[in-house]
Amino acid sequence: MAKAAAKTKAADASAAVERRPALAGRAVSAPGVKVEILPPAERISLRAPEASVAALSKALGVTLPSKPKTSAAKGGRTALWLGPDEWLVIDDAGNDPLADCAKVSALHSAVGISHRNVAISVAGPAAAVTVNSGCPQDLSLEAFPVGAASRTILGKSEIVLLRTAEDTFRVECWRSFSDYVFTLLSEAASDAAN
Amino acid sequence: MLLIRCPYCEEERPELEFRNAGEAHIARPTNIAAESEDDFEKFFFIRSNPKGVIYERWRHIHGCARFFNAVRDTVTDKFVMTYKAGEPRPAKLPGASK
Repeated sequence: MAKAAAKTKAADASAAVERRPALAGRAVSAPGVKVEILPPAERISLRAPEASVAALSKALGVTLPSKPKTSAAKGGRTALWLGPDEWLVIDDAGNDPLADCAKVSALHSAVGISHRNVAISVAGPAAAVTVNSGCPQDLSLEAFPVGAASRTILGKSEIVLLRTAEDTFRVECWRSFSDYVFTLLSEAASDAAN
Repeated sequence: MLLIRCPYCEEERPELEFRNAGEAHIARPTNIAAESEDDFEKFFFIRSNPKGVIYERWRHIHGCARFFNAVRDTVTDKFVMTYKAGEPRPAKLPGASK
């Protein structure tokens, strides 16, 4: 809880400092698919035993999914199932999920990873083909429906993949891998149409 | 590509998401300081290395990150079955010929 308070203060102090997200604004369009860097978002890595899930869900305002490869979204906040006691919570609306978790007294571990990850959108009819160029998972709609989320790999890099629409994926990768991931997806995008 | 069933993700996933973690069901001695050197060597270094069915630990490292146990045939590289970590060695293997 002290950590969350410290973070808020740090954010105030550095408000005047320009933030330069990795690869900001980069986008590549190819026939049938567009790959672009998404704007920054608030993210936490959340680990909690089953007994704490209800309290955390209430505090976050989104029910933490308990089924493998699923996600839940509400009010600009998405909770992705990563493991039996592990979730990735992404907030696009600018609210800090870390502050919400700090109010929960039930046992849990919430770590802010907003700046660790970079999100890349892959959208268009050839989106699945593009992601599949480096990701070995079955991305057909039967196996990976809208809302499905999974940690997996893309080429040599670990990613978290979320299907936000039938033809749109959100690829979350570590900041230091983002150049590799973006370049791989860009190359794949130009190949996907062929 | 091999497909390996992760007992936590409850589905088959491509082998690239997994990593082998050595032989399974090797119990750590409760009083390791009292172990004789020979016994410690057996526990620490000696593995069964069979030709045929082997019980191994695997980790779904690029998925749910869980360790689990798998039964694999070292001759055919076929995964016979997988089960959660902590569960006992299965008494009977599905489709076992011998």
